[in-house]
Amino acid sequence: MTIAIEANGLSRSYADLRAVDGLSLTVNAGELFALLGPNGGGKTTTLGMLTTMLRPSAGTAHVAGHDVSTQPHEVRSRIGVVFQGPSLDEQLTARENLDFHARIYNMPRALFQQRADELLALVELAERQHEAVRTFSGGMRRRLELARALLHQPQVLFLDEPTVGLDPQTRRAIWDYLHTLRQQSGVTIFLTTHYLEEAEGCDRVAILDGGTLAALDTPAALKATLGGDVLYIRTADVQAAEHLLQAEGLAVRRGSEGLAVEANDGPRRIPELVAILEGQGQRVEAVNLRRPSLEDVFIKLTGRAIRAEAPEASAAPARRGRMGRKQQ
Amino acid sequence: MSAFYTIWLRDLTRFLRNRSRIFTSLAQPLLYLAIFGSGLSSLLSGTTALGGVSFTAFVYPGVIGLTIMFTALFTAISVVYDREFGFLKEVLVSPAPRLAVALGKVVGGSTIALLQGVLTLPLAWLLGLPLTFGQVAQLIGIMAVLAAVCTALGLLISTRLRGIEGYNVIINFLMMPLFLLSGALFPLAGLPGWMNVLVSVNPMAYATDALRQVALAGSVQPGFLAASRLHPAGVDVLVLLGFFVLFLVPAVRAFSKQE
Repeated sequence: MTIAIEANGLSRSYADLRAVDGLSLTVNAGELFALLGPNGGGKTTTLGMLTTMLRPSAGTAHVAGHDVSTQPHEVRSRIGVVFQGPSLDEQLTARENLDFHARIYNMPRALFQQRADELLALVELAERQHEAVRTFSGGMRRRLELARALLHQPQVLFLDEPTVGLDPQTRRAIWDYLHTLRQQSGVTIFLTTHYLEEAEGCDRVAILDGGTLAALDTPAALKATLGGDVLYIRTADVQAAEHLLQAEGLAVRRGSEGLAVEANDGPRRIPELVAILEGQGQRVEAVNLRRPSLEDVFIKLTGRAIRAEAPEASAAPARRGRMGRKQQ
Repeated sequence: MSAFYTIWLRDLTRFLRNRSRIFTSLAQPLLYLAIFGSGLSSLLSGTTALGGVSFTAFVYPGVIGLTIMFTALFTAISVVYDREFGFLKEVLVSPAPRLAVALGKVVGGSTIALLQGVLTLPLAWLLGLPLTFGQVAQLIGIMAVLAAVCTALGLLISTRLRGIEGYNVIINFLMMPLFLLSGALFPLAGLPGWMNVLVSVNPMAYATDALRQVALAGSVQPGFLAASRLHPAGVDVLVLLGFFVLFLVPAVRAFSKQE
């Protein structure tokens, strides 16, 4: 399998603050990869280094087969980036913004016209393409930025908090486009997010906290580290049901919601357990399934919920770089 | 080459789309000419110190320079705007060579400043300075060099600054002394020593000197220009080119630096 991104001991310091500290990870070609973490965890700084916008203080990174420090030009022509903040020329029209992009990426004109038509259709902006961007809503701008980042057919697409500040409808639309894209082009997608539900839909998730990698795996494997699912079963006769389930060799305890049964692959076990109980004349009143979430994983790894600011972020003096306002 | 052209094209597209800005930057020199022309001319009537032209005509070359400096410095602010509003990220993450981007900015800003300067040329005839084709060509050449110097200076300042307010403060602080010590309003001969030092490091002084020698040739008494000029016009242009390199090199270097 081809490797799209490879980081080795990647670090970046701002004076006394180590924003990213010895990050190593590998992203395969075609993967949908999420960098999950709280604000101030080092996500945007990592993205800055991988996209050649920030020079690493230590370590190396290869993107699309080229070193970000020694071959930034090679990397830049092979990646597309959707930044966290706005990055469009508001005075130009949507089409003109794409035109500008095509020219500085040296695209053949015919290819530009064809790609622009396709992508404007994909992000549903074809009808507004000749209007100035300053008349666009936040969601339209973000969709245009996505189309622009894809115009030159990058091998790797970077998205920094692509859905922050967007309404739920637009968020869903952005994700629909991303999934369509993967199916059509096989582009590698590397995104940062602090939305757990968005990370759930990715192939693999890296959890970044305080600038270091706390965990890296598929969402399912990350959740599996917390043990299996728990089924809460309520029956009329608790004691009888408990005996029946224990006889099946299951770990059962009494909880506030009835019997708590630990079971891997919980959803598939529900009909089976209900059949056992009902087969013995025990009427099942309710079954509740609780699965460990990425939020649980996050809390276990970092000791706090993801919405909370990392302590480094609030303790550090405010500093602003060209990239990554939130990091410093 | 493509990146250079693209940056230039964008700046020009934005300029031509913003008609009100063209008129605003034209109104300013007209205002200066009207005020100085009518206000100071009566005071100076009958004087022979201006070589036989009206005070308004004497001031005119300096006002051309002012128009170019004003436009160039306020065009270079687009770099600050681009950084502030995020567009610079789109440019910097692209494979476009930084040198081409910086040069595209300088040439784009210079083109706009030059266009604005050319719009002041018809005033010459109104002021009784009939220009020959050769004079117009020479004036445009000097204007182009001045436009490049001022745009490079603006770019240099903008690479050192983060906010728009900071840029405006510095530009406004710079423009008045640059204009007043350019020799636009009074001949620079016989100034006190400390002022001469300031004049010698003021690009506007060289530009005004060169523009005046070309614009007034044929309209003033013979010998007036040779007696009142700082340097021959060719020397002025060479010094301006020196200023251009002096501003451009650190500006491009700052622009190319990876954070």
